[in-house]
Amino acid sequence: MPQDFIIGIDLGTTNSLAAFMQDGVPVVIPGEDGVNLVPSVVALDEKNQTIIGNAARKYLIDTPERAVYSIKRLMGRGVEDITEELKLFPFRIADDLEAGEVIRIKLGDRTFTPPEISAFILRQLKRNAERYFGAPVTKAVITVPAYFNDAQRQATKDAGRIAGLDVLRLVNEPTAASLAYGLDKKQSGTIAVYDFGGGTFDVSILKLHDGIFEVIATNGDTHLGGDDIDNLLIAIAIADIRGDLGRDVSHSGEDVARIRKAVIEAKIALSSEPSTRFEVELSGGQHYRREITRQQFEDLIAPVIQRTLVPCKQALKDAGLKPAQIDEVVLVGGSTRIPKVRELVEDLFQRKPHSELNPDEVVALGAAVQANILSGGSEATRDMLLLDVTPLSLGIEVAGGVTDKIILRNSTIPASATQHYTTQVDGQANVAIHVLQGERELAKDCRSLARFDLKGIPPMSAGMPRIELRFLIDANGILNVSAREQRSGKEAEIQVQPSYGLSDEQVEGMILDSFDHAEDDFRERQLIEARAEADTILAALDKARMSPAWGQLTSKEISAIAAAEANVKDSKQRDDYKAIHEKIEALNQATMRLAELMMDSAVTTALKGKSMNDEELGEGPTAPHAISKAEFTD
Amino acid sequence: MTITHDNSLLTVLGDPARDACWSCGDQLASHFCTHCGKVQPPKPVDYFTFFGLPQRLQIDPAKLERAFYELSRKLHPDVYAQATPQEREWSLEQSSRLNDAYRTLKDPIKRTEYALGLAGIELEEQSKSATEAARASGGMKKQIVPPDLLEEVFELNMQLEELRMNKKMGEDDPALLEEVKQKQSDLESKQDALSVELQQIWKDWDQAQEATSEAAIGCANAKMLDLLNRRNYIRNLLRDVNELLEA
Repeated sequence: MPQDFIIGIDLGTTNSLAAFMQDGVPVVIPGEDGVNLVPSVVALDEKNQTIIGNAARKYLIDTPERAVYSIKRLMGRGVEDITEELKLFPFRIADDLEAGEVIRIKLGDRTFTPPEISAFILRQLKRNAERYFGAPVTKAVITVPAYFNDAQRQATKDAGRIAGLDVLRLVNEPTAASLAYGLDKKQSGTIAVYDFGGGTFDVSILKLHDGIFEVIATNGDTHLGGDDIDNLLIAIAIADIRGDLGRDVSHSGEDVARIRKAVIEAKIALSSEPSTRFEVELSGGQHYRREITRQQFEDLIAPVIQRTLVPCKQALKDAGLKPAQIDEVVLVGGSTRIPKVRELVEDLFQRKPHSELNPDEVVALGAAVQANILSGGSEATRDMLLLDVTPLSLGIEVAGGVTDKIILRNSTIPASATQHYTTQVDGQANVAIHVLQGERELAKDCRSLARFDLKGIPPMSAGMPRIELRFLIDANGILNVSAREQRSGKEAEIQVQPSYGLSDEQVEGMILDSFDHAEDDFRERQLIEARAEADTILAALDKARMSPAWGQLTSKEISAIAAAEANVKDSKQRDDYKAIHEKIEALNQATMRLAELMMDSAVTTALKGKSMNDEELGEGPTAPHAISKAEFTD
Repeated sequence: MTITHDNSLLTVLGDPARDACWSCGDQLASHFCTHCGKVQPPKPVDYFTFFGLPQRLQIDPAKLERAFYELSRKLHPDVYAQATPQEREWSLEQSSRLNDAYRTLKDPIKRTEYALGLAGIELEEQSKSATEAARASGGMKKQIVPPDLLEEVFELNMQLEELRMNKKMGEDDPALLEEVKQKQSDLESKQDALSVELQQIWKDWDQAQEATSEAAIGCANAKMLDLLNRRNYIRNLLRDVNELLEA
């Protein structure tokens, strides 16, 4: 049986990457171009082929209407709560969007939901991993910002499904980072993870104890990251250009994309240089140049990075700890490369933060560690267990539009709560329930997760039914609800449809869609599977040569097998998966009698009363026929 | 799968009526089988029983934490990621129950409330009917002011109101601020004193449980209920003061 590869994926706002535990160490799986990071950019070329990653970046400038970046900002969100995003990011929302529908983004003349766009990135990572292993990859652990709500988590899980991945677990990014850091140390103590990425900020405080990573408190802002710093710089450039050149480029997608590229380069340069120049060639050939010093940069970004302190202080308060009680601080995310950010963290926690692991890779490495734990563990991960929390309180709306909190934030997950409901009028058959997430007192200020009706309550007089609702947040931080009318014992499972989510049918449709439009994907996958199958049968044949049964074959049979074997080896070198399957089948035919002979000898051995040890048992039936027949799916 | 037998709680876990393991039939099954290690279907037991503890309020936090970690290692869904759907479901149920139980038992106040709840006693604050009545009338839920605090509370509320007005008008009254801060620290000491008092009542309660003396249990319950109501009242006051001082 081929090894089941479970990969760890960091699906980031700016960059995404996959990692895997190899010989006790998590390693990043490189992309096609040999680069570890896959920029989270998706473009459609003229032939409507999807282009992902580095190759897609040039489309951001050449054909901005066919490319999209930072899609993570839109995951699990409704059209009405992204107005801020739309001012700052060139997202082109579909024109025919209806109220309550999941957002769709235009790429050329087609539209995609955020989970579908994320799925393109995931599929690229999956392909990279399959190339790396030479075997199919179907299972993954995907990381999400700790402060992601239920809808954002569900959207990420949907993206995984659309990409053909069974998402075994969603892991919070700062927690994943702590796993990567804690792997070699296994120490005890309290650590804080400060995770300042491209689009999100998270802080988590954990207690480490003999391999148990227990999150005590987490907090964050899912709309605070390096993007916000870039936008400040872009705004200055646009104002400059308006002043100096008398041009308003704010509506030119191409110019904004060029400016964005230049400010990101300047931002990176300023982490090591005292000052830098940035220069942009605008459409039409005009040039915009500007010198910026680190001091100016730091003054400019101060309000943005100061915002990270609020969640830090809240997390400390929730954990009941003073900054000095934190033993170690770990830096995660590209934005922690900014010296001013490091200074801020050092000031707050009064100690030098750790940044030994690459802040762009550490989350994916941690996801690989968690993937290893889920696959049954290894020497390196023995005794490691992650106990995470829910970042936001879960509540239900009660009379007067007030939120009644039933599971408080920072509760260890899985967590559950039970509520009882009854009816207001005689014979009432339905009860409407509104589930919310957030810390605010009023329902309208919290995030609406779902509204649903409890249906089919047996007719009884008002107040008689006793309906028990059980809310359960699973280890992914996703809510499940079940209901039961206790007097009749009638159980009604409720599917909680997130207020801003895709239905199961929609996701299924997208999975099919993605196959329609990804014929190449399918071929590649088939090819990998066929080659893996060929390897298995060739290995079995090598083993069979050592068995006594081999000596009973005629020379004609041996040469037929050799020919069929050569054909399999030859077809493996080519890209036609159907041909590989045909040659495997031919080899199966050629070795039919060999398999029978081996079976016979196994039986004979058993009849002779000789004890068969495990190895002998293994030898017999591992004739080539033990492999299941190839399945053709098209 | 092998189970290492240590001198831990694992060996004493499980309720007295131990059932047989669904998987291997061993008689030592509780949350998981002590013989084959498999998770077992959840059973409706109280939080103390879940942890294999007697119903006592004096709990050693370090011991409880150790038991929590040990049970987590056995029941957490990560351990069953590749198991059958049925085992995954049980593991999810069992570990959510474990987390709920730990959250309740590790917190002295929640633990006390829980013990009262098992006896069918509800705190004022948790009384649903009171909450709903208050919401329906649009007012705040009425709280019964502990008589000995009446005067103090009255004065503090006046001061808080004044402080709010000052803030609104942008005025500064250092003397008033100082007085409120003094009250804040008074309330904090009162809260601490109540915690000490609570531990004393726990002792009585535990002894009453040991002796299965209904009268003594009832007496301790009444004392705890009174103490928790007072404590909640002080906590809410402190919250108002803190909010105003921090703002």
